[in-house]
Amino acid sequence: MADPVLFAADTDLESASGITESRPARWALMGIAFAFLALFLVLPLVLVFMEASRKGLEYFLQTLTETDTRSAIRLTLTVAAISVPLNLVFGVAAAWAIAKFEFKGKAFLTTLVDLPFSVSPVISGLVYVLLFGAQSTLGPWLKDNGIEILFAVPGIVLATVFVTFPFVARELIPLMEAQGTGDEEAAISLGANGWQTFWYVTLPNIKWGLLYGVLLCNARAMGEFGAVSVVSGHIRGQTNTMPLHVEILYNEYNAAGAFAVASLLAGLALVTLALKSLLELRYGAELAATRGH
Amino acid sequence: MQVRVENVRKEFDTFPALHDVSLDIRSGELIALLGPSGSGKTTLLRLIAGLEQPTIGKIFFGEDDASEKSIRERNVGFVFQHYALFRHMTVADNIGFGLKVRPNASRPPADEIRKRASRLLDLVQLSGLEKRYPAQLSGGQRQRVALARAMAIEPKVLLLDEPFGALDAQVRRELRRWLREIHEATGHTTVFVTHDQEEALELADRVVVMSQGRIEQVGTADEVYDEPNSPFVYGFIGDSSSLPVKIEDDQLWLADRPIGLSAAGAPSGPATLFFRPHDVELLDGCSGCLAGTVAASRRVAGTKRVELEIGGHRERVEIELPVDHPSAQKSRIAFRPRKWKVFPTAGA
Repeated sequence: MADPVLFAADTDLESASGITESRPARWALMGIAFAFLALFLVLPLVLVFMEASRKGLEYFLQTLTETDTRSAIRLTLTVAAISVPLNLVFGVAAAWAIAKFEFKGKAFLTTLVDLPFSVSPVISGLVYVLLFGAQSTLGPWLKDNGIEILFAVPGIVLATVFVTFPFVARELIPLMEAQGTGDEEAAISLGANGWQTFWYVTLPNIKWGLLYGVLLCNARAMGEFGAVSVVSGHIRGQTNTMPLHVEILYNEYNAAGAFAVASLLAGLALVTLALKSLLELRYGAELAATRGH
Repeated sequence: MQVRVENVRKEFDTFPALHDVSLDIRSGELIALLGPSGSGKTTLLRLIAGLEQPTIGKIFFGEDDASEKSIRERNVGFVFQHYALFRHMTVADNIGFGLKVRPNASRPPADEIRKRASRLLDLVQLSGLEKRYPAQLSGGQRQRVALARAMAIEPKVLLLDEPFGALDAQVRRELRRWLREIHEATGHTTVFVTHDQEEALELADRVVVMSQGRIEQVGTADEVYDEPNSPFVYGFIGDSSSLPVKIEDDQLWLADRPIGLSAAGAPSGPATLFFRPHDVELLDGCSGCLAGTVAASRRVAGTKRVELEIGGHRERVEIELPVDHPSAQKSRIAFRPRKWKVFPTAGA
């Protein structure tokens, strides 16, 4: 480091540091970033809430308490309540297998975990139609046995599980790979069995990453449109989730109603975002505290 | 607990990490596995622990065949190179972990576990740090906690993987002495892996020198230093100089001149002469000795190291001279090693 006195003669200390851009360039970059965010993220969000309250608070509340809306909210919460825990378990299992063990086909499994991200959600939905629909081989058998999957809650859950599968696993794999298997080996050498090792050693090491993955998974589970739209059948009051209900209301020229439900979804997203930032703060501190260990 | 490794071979995929290794470890012995990286010493340690399974061969703990047992069943204390302390647990919880996870029938009550943890902390000289987290400890302290944790389960054998590898030189020396004391106090059969020969020679009762997946020599510090049984051990343990020579008529020859060393009984043919740079006898002129011109010289602590060019062969050897020896660049020095060994060149 050079003697600071040398720099004292320079009028613009910041630009003299050598590793940052000049001041106008920095302002320009920040300006572009903020303008972009405002135009594409903040403005639409504000519009959602503005449109929702256009006909007044009373209409807003009335829309939200409608039977169909209430049923859509209930279904969305149900689907999230089933698919998020499922993906929590699948995600941890997949991440544990990939990060802590060596086996043939590991690279293939890693790619497979990413598949739902790379496939269009509509295709994900269609797969289930092909699998369980009336024209499929399974369809008639299911029908004969009185099992309803397509155009019913099970189908919606399946589609949601498929689409949201990667969130937990993707969050955990790099974390668990970075942590290695040393702690687990130590636990086993001390006599712990598999379950004790997971519960006392692995889980505490990944808990913040896991929570973060679950939050993202939940946000997507509640907001998923494409895949769910294909398998749902859009039966009002029965198989309509919130995103589907928004579309229906909008198509019926009930803009205020559509935006009221949309604002609820947006609100959920904002809460998730806030929780996520909070976790990042907490998670970051934890990481910093255990770094170099 | 006596440990016997019998004709063990270990392959990773198809790459052999150990070839046909056999080793007897006596009860209560402190033994070092020493070798360069890739010599298979850590693999051997992990096989004894049960962290790896041998491809071929058996491992006995006492009279029991432990080969098929998992690390859980072998009851070994393993200390990892990077400690592997549980970062979210306090020091006391780390040490007590092995007791806490025991099945109900053999698990001591909670305050017995706590008491035992603090007794072990006394033993490793860290009393009063029960409530600290690993991140709040220095490297040396973490290593002591790791050892206390391994000893808490009353292991039959204590295995340490490069226990001081991640520490700085000062702390290493301190912990070395300390580990010796602990070993004498507790009498555990202890095996540790190291690539630091000073550590191995100073600390261990016996040293196992390994290279390329094989055991080269097993012996006390004196044996491996004074009686190395292979060119590798001679070159690896301590300083050494070597020269390509020829054995003929029970004599050592450098090119076409005898060098005054007799090799009675050795087979004729090309060979390599090894000797210690500090163990040479200086001669005034000679007929039948080694002589060379000084190519470089440097001062090392209390002595002077001189690099000699021997003959016209561009062979260089190092010898040690007293600091006040009047050797100058290009001056000629004649010497004869006091102790030396000659190994026939492999494949000749």
